[in-house]
Parts: sequence; C-alpha cells; structure tokens
Amino acid sequence: MAILTGSPSSLPVWADPPGFHGWLATVDHKRIARRYIITALLFFALAGLLALLMRTQLMWSENRFIGPDRYNQMFSMHGSAMMFLFAVPIMEAVAIYIVPLMVGTRNISFPRLNAFSYWVYLFGGLMIFGAFFLDIGPEAGWSGYVPLSSSDFSPGKRTDFWAQMITFTEVAGLCVAVELVATIMTMRAAGMTLARIPLFVWSMLVTSFMVIFAMPAVMLASSFLISDRLVGTHFYNAAEGGDPLLWQHLFWFFGHPEVYIIFVPALGMISSIVETFSRRPIFAYPAMVLALVTTGFLSFGLWVHHMFAAGLPPLGNSFYTAASMLIAIPSGVQIFCWIATLATGRPRALTGRIAVPLLFVLGFFALFVLGGMTGVMVASVPLDLQVHDTYFVVAHFHYVLIGGAVFPLMGAFYFWFPKFSGRMLSERLGRWHFWLFFIGFNITFFPMHYLGLIGMPRRVYTYQPGLGWDVPNLVATLGSYVIGLSVLLFVYNVARTLWRGEPAPADPWQAPDLAWATASPPPPHNFDRVPVVTGRHPLWADADGAPAPDVPSLEGLREDRREVLLTSPVDAAPVCRWAMPDPGIWPLVAAIALSITFVWSIFDQWGVVWGAIPTGIALTIWFWPKRSQPSLEIEP
Amino acid sequence: MTPRLPAVACLCALALVACTGVQSPLAATGDQARAIERVWTLMLWICGTTYVAVLIALGWGIWRRWKARTAANMAGEGVARDRLLSWALAAWVALVVGLLSWLVGASYLADRRLHGDRADLTVRITAKQWWWQVEYLDPDPSRHFITANELRLPRDRNARIELESADVIHSFWVPTLSGKEDLIPGQHNAIVLTPRVTGRFRGQCAEFCGLQHAHMALDVVVEDQAAFEAWRERQLRPAMMPSKPAAIAGAQVFAQSACATCHTVRGTPAGGRSGPDLTHVATRYTLAAGALPMERGAMAAWIADPQHPKPGNQMPPVPLQPRQLADVVEYLMGLE
Repeated sequence: MAILTGSPSSLPVWADPPGFHGWLATVDHKRIARRYIITALLFFALAGLLALLMRTQLMWSENRFIGPDRYNQMFSMHGSAMMFLFAVPIMEAVAIYIVPLMVGTRNISFPRLNAFSYWVYLFGGLMIFGAFFLDIGPEAGWSGYVPLSSSDFSPGKRTDFWAQMITFTEVAGLCVAVELVATIMTMRAAGMTLARIPLFVWSMLVTSFMVIFAMPAVMLASSFLISDRLVGTHFYNAAEGGDPLLWQHLFWFFGHPEVYIIFVPALGMISSIVETFSRRPIFAYPAMVLALVTTGFLSFGLWVHHMFAAGLPPLGNSFYTAASMLIAIPSGVQIFCWIATLATGRPRALTGRIAVPLLFVLGFFALFVLGGMTGVMVASVPLDLQVHDTYFVVAHFHYVLIGGAVFPLMGAFYFWFPKFSGRMLSERLGRWHFWLFFIGFNITFFPMHYLGLIGMPRRVYTYQPGLGWDVPNLVATLGSYVIGLSVLLFVYNVARTLWRGEPAPADPWQAPDLAWATASPPPPHNFDRVPVVTGRHPLWADADGAPAPDVPSLEGLREDRREVLLTSPVDAAPVCRWAMPDPGIWPLVAAIALSITFVWSIFDQWGVVWGAIPTGIALTIWFWPKRSQPSLEIEP
Repeated sequence: MTPRLPAVACLCALALVACTGVQSPLAATGDQARAIERVWTLMLWICGTTYVAVLIALGWGIWRRWKARTAANMAGEGVARDRLLSWALAAWVALVVGLLSWLVGASYLADRRLHGDRADLTVRITAKQWWWQVEYLDPDPSRHFITANELRLPRDRNARIELESADVIHSFWVPTLSGKEDLIPGQHNAIVLTPRVTGRFRGQCAEFCGLQHAHMALDVVVEDQAAFEAWRERQLRPAMMPSKPAAIAGAQVFAQSACATCHTVRGTPAGGRSGPDLTHVATRYTLAAGALPMERGAMAAWIADPQHPKPGNQMPPVPLQPRQLADVVEYLMGLE
C-alpha cells in the first residue's frame, strides 16, 4: 500500500498549539473544513426543521397551525438558509478538506484567510438564525423581490438582516473560492498536469470561478437594496425612476449560476465515487472536463428563464429557452460517461452488495435525471408561463437540488467519512438511511408535480378546500416526516461511529487519488513526503485499478518551518518552495470586528465608519510583515 | 421505479383533473392554454421516454457488472471498449441535440400563439395587496366601469387584459385560459385571453406578494355574448336603491361609518377608492378575493372581524352594534 505518512508528530512544525488557544488559532485546512461541515449540517438541520413545520401547516386546507406572518418568515428562512448557509458552504467545506489532499499538498493556500472565512460564515449564520428566533427574520422569500422587500412593504429590520446575511456569506464564499483557485492552480503535486487533475478538483476549479463571477452580481443587488432601505436611494423605486426588474436581473444573474455552484461540486463527487467503485478510469475524461467547463459557462446565460412572466420581449425569451436547454447537453454527456464507466467497470467491487456511496449515486441518477427532465420543461417559455411559481417548480428544484446535489453529497460523506474521522460509517445504517431518504423524498416531492399541474401556487401559507389539493398535500407532508426520520438515522450513524466505529485504513475503498495516500485522518502536515505524480491515478498501477506499489515522492522541503511546494499552473513543474503562515488569532479578531460592523450598519449607517476602525486595526496586525519570506527558487 | 414514472402520474392526474379543474393548466378551455397544453403533451412524451431510457441503460449497466462478478477475468475490458463507446457517446449527443431542437421549435411556435391577437374587448386589472381591481374600458367613457375580484368574459372573443400594480409585484394567472403574466409597478404588461368554453373558473396570484398572497384569488366567468352584454349593462347602472327598512338603515350606517371612506357604491355618497368597488357586490360569487363565499353569514363574519379569515389584510375592523351589522349586511346583500 502506498502510504506517504509516518506518525502525526513526524513534522512537529505543522502541529497546532495545544488547548483552546490552538483551537481558535488553527489554520489547518482539515480542522477548519470539519468545522465548516458540522456548522453547515447544523444549519441544514435547522432549515429542514422549518420545512417540516411548513409541511405540517400545509397538511390540510385552511390549517391554523402557523399564521401567515410566521409562515412567510419560515419559507424565506428555509430557502435562504438552504442556499446560502448550507448548500454552497458545505460544498466548499468538503473541498477545503479534500482538494489539498487530492492535489498532494500540505495545506490550502491562504490558510489564515480560510480561518477568517469560516468565522465570518459562522457569525453570519448565527446572526440570521438569531434574528429569526427574535421574530426579525426575512419575510420576502429567499429571492427577496423588490418592492416587497423595500422599506415601504417590509418595514422594520427583517429584510435588513436578510440582506446583511448575504453580505456575510458573500465574503466567506469569495474567500474560499480564491483559496481554492490558488491551491489548484499553484500547489498541485509535481507532475500533476492539467490532464491529470482528478475530476472533483476540476469541478471545484470551475465552481470557484463561478463563485468569483456570480457573487459580485448579488453583492451589487443587495448593496443597492440596503442603500435603498437605509439611506433612501431609489435604485428599485419605480416612482422615482428606479426599476424593480433591475433587482431580478441582478439577483438571477447570480441566482442561476448559484444552483450550478451547488451542483457542479456534486458532479465531481459522483465522478470520484463512480471511478473508485468501477475500478477503471472514468470513460472520456476530456469530455467530462469539457462538460464541467461548459456547464460553468452556460449557467451564466440562463438567468432570464426565471423572468419569463415579467413581460420581456418574446423573442428574447425564446433565446433563453434555447440557452437553457443547451445545458442538457453537457449534463447528458456526463450521465452517459458515468453509465458507460459503471457498465464496463471491473466487477469485483460488486461481489457483495452495492456500497453505500455508490447507492447514493444510483439514487442521484433516478432523481436528478427526472429533475433534469422537468428542467427542460420549465425552460420552455409557454410551459413555464403555466408552471412558474407553482408547486411543479418546487418539485423540479428539489429534485435537482436534493437529487442532484444532496444525494451525491451524502454519498461523498459516506465515501470520505473514513478520511475525515478515521472511522467507517455503518453500512447497514447507511442503507437504511438511503432507502428512507429516497422513499421519503419521492413521497414528499413527486406529488408536488401534480399539485402544480392542478394549479397550486408556491409560497402560500394555506389553501382552500375543494380544489383537489388536500390529498396530495397530506401525502407530501407524511413523506417529509420520513425524510426527517432518515436524517435522524444519519445523525445516529455518525454519532455511533464517532463513539465506537470500526477504525478506517488509509485507503478503505482502493480509490485512485492522493487523498487516500495518507493516513485516515491525515496528520496535520498531510504527507510526510510530498508526492510526485506520473499519471491520472497515482494509487492505481493499471487501468484495472490494481493498487500501485508505491507513490514516488520529492525531498528537499525544509522541516523547521511550514514549507509547501509551488508548481506551475499547466505542467505542475516545481517552481519554488513557499513558507506557509503559522497559526494566529487575528483572523478570528478581524472576523469579529467585521461582523460587528455588519450588524451595526443594519441599525445605523455610521456603523460602517466606526466599525471600520477595529476591523482595520485587526487586519493591519494580521498582515504586519514579520520577516521577509523570499520566494525560494529551485533549480529545474 | 413505477411510482416515479411521469407518464403514469400524468394519466392519474388527467383522470383527477376532470373533477377539480377550475384552476388547472391541464383542463385548458382557452386558445392560449390549449396551445400550451399541446407543448406539455409533447414534452411529457419526449422527456418521459428519455428518462425511462436512461434508467434502463443504468439498470442494464449495473446488471451487466453484477452478472460478470464471478467471471474470472475482465481485465482491461472497459478501456478496450472505449472506442466503441465514444461512437455511442457521439450518437447520444446528436440525439439529445435533435430532441432539444424539436422542443425549442415547438416551444417557440406555441409562444407565438400567445401574442398579438386583435382584441375585441379591453379590461385593465390593477393588483393591490391582496385583491384585484377590474376596470372594463370602453372608447365611450360613460360605458367604463369598475368592479373587483371577478373577471367576466364573452366566449369566442379575444379579450386584452392590461396588467398593472398599485404596490408590489403580483402575477395574473388563470390556468384554464393561459399562462401567467406579472403585474409590476411602473410597468404596463398585457395578455390576450380567448375563452372557448362557458363556465366558472379560478385564477390566483402567482407571485409572492406578502402576508395574504394565499388568499388573492380571482373568479373568472365565461358567458356567451348575450349573457355577457346583459351583465355589462347591469354593471353600468348605479347601485340599487334599498327598499327594505333594514337595508335603508344599513345604507345609512354604511355612508356614515368608516366603510364609505374606502369603498365606492356608485349612486351614493360612498366614494372611497382604496377598497374594492361594492356597487354590485352581491352579484359576485365570492368575498375578499375568493377567501369567502358570497353568503349572508360570511359577509357578516367578514365585516365583524376581517382579520380572522384573512389575517393581515388592509380592511380594519369597524366597530358596529349587532343591529347595525345586520343592517349593513342586509344592505350589501341587496346590491345586485
């Protein structure tokens, strides 16, 4: 077995300081990623709980379990939390853990920025949930359309907290995107050329670029909204020459790539799982990479399909129909390649039952392809004019987001949990989790297609009897409880495994990439010896997935400080040695100061000015040059 | 797998829709909705077949590996077949492109049918939180009138509906007649409806518009030309003068209390504009934008406590003695 690690103490310079101070000051990508994942899963559970409460309210017509005001806050919170606090962060969190391992380096680039991004994300999430529990949660939907979210129709501070939550998550998300791009472009193991990058890493590269291009649009949108509300500008006020549709353009220019920001990492996860359990290189790797890149590009050309009913010129609308349908082509290519890989793979992985990670991927096929089909339907202008803003669309996007992203994520969780924790999750409980989730999901969301087609609009806190909506709603509600049960089982599985799970070997699945070339969990420095890559599958000896005898490695990094190897972007030829920063408390202090600034500015615009002072001080100390860190050229 | 098959579900749906189709796109009764329904049928067949084909291919792939799990040696099998698979991939992409082009074309042609018919009748609908103001426009200003929460249309005529909003964004949606169109402040949208079947249908606001988005429905009544003209003539007349003593008393209460500051009853001093026009309120099928049936008891309950059936709506509770309440109800139920 090819293991590039010795004991955790073999490179003591990478260890965190002991105790609570070390816990706060750590810049280890793995510790921060674990925190990110746990936090995102907690927000997922809270937002899911809101969904169960909403489903209970919709169980029958004219139910009075939750009133309209609370219900509207709940669905706004559910959508906002799922999109901004769960889906995007958890994909980035998994990448923060896995990408440095997969590319064979010792930490993420900009590790202190990484710590900073986590704290900002945490404080933003705590702020919005705190606001929600104090009855000042968002109330205009996760898409916050003006004028409903303007100060005329949403007085008080509810929408301000929501808009500021977006600011928090933008800052955190952009930080991570920049780190990932830099890590992937400059820190890959020597020899890992562009054509040898694992598909999950490719997917995160595409995702990170999408974050970098999409987030500024929503930043602009929410900043305009904040200034309309706070200082009386009129960006969106039609009565003063503003335009409510400007919000929709800006929001969806971000909002549509957003769903692909969630979905593209899932594609990478599927490729990792399919390749590993097929025991053969993925079929048509170049086509897969192109499909990822194409998906990233096309996702920026579709936003108008959220606005077909807004009265834009008909020919323009039809253009967006064609553009939206185009995205089915790269998706279709990937579906084909995965099925081809599975069908011609080595059979020994299937001697027993289908492994749980693969089971979740198979669930993905059944759900996501259905969601993709309804996606083709809603891309059509005339059909969308009927089903837009109905439960048909609710069904569609839960099939693509849960089926297309959460199922692969769960599969990836079972797949990478041994690496995260050093223990194997229970297969038996995992199977129960899968089937309960899969069945509960279909019972919940399949009837919603039908509900939309018999006229039920979304975002209604109740409905009237006699329209034929009662029975499908009751069924959906019961199904949602089954999903709740499956999540409890998952939590139990994780807790039980952490308490007394079976210890995991370094490479329990005989996977091909470098993440499995080190211990589970990896030591703080990831690899004792820095790996060198000579093919696309460093841990496989041949195209049949036979384990490689050893992974070549490279000597020469200093061991008295935190050094990593930087390589060139295309060929991954060694360029220089680079010293990584030590642990520090200042990212946390800066995040606290910034969070105070953001929350203060909700109540008083001068908060921006006064809050900038402590933030500036913290950033100054953080960036104060301690000693010169020359780039250390190495001879070719 | 069976419960997920869209085709099966759709057959069930079509069977059920027959009885509950007042707000269903799959029970189209207008030209525009029928054009869209044809796109739906085409989409359902193409997408449904593709879905089933993908799942069969996946099942076949898994089964193939399962069957071979005891085979001694399949070493290099996958890579050996990759050349063949590449051709299959190319064919698959060509197929997907072909099917998508078909769907884009069909969708474009259907979309063209939704626009540009000559209008026989123009109605301006202004959405307000959370009800619909309906104005029948006419070149002759004296034949112009306002009603609320009910749209009556003549069969086999093209009606142009102009859509405006007084506050936030709403969306006008009568699924049996056509798709939806937003009502946006500062913007003038329009939609053409060509109903082909007489009857009573239902529309509902389809863009989240605040607290009572759930109770913002619209009754749509399609009649033949003669019945429509008779209705229009009656709507043009001022309100009926009350004759019963209770109704006369109710009219006085109405005029002297807060009611008249928000509601108009043409032919009386009541001329408020912020609430629905009540000149012929008793001719409508429902109250409070579809929230309640047009019945004496519902009317009394609504006036006594408007915040109970529709919490958050803009109608304040008006303090009335029980006697006064009964009189006002008597008066309003007589406004035919």
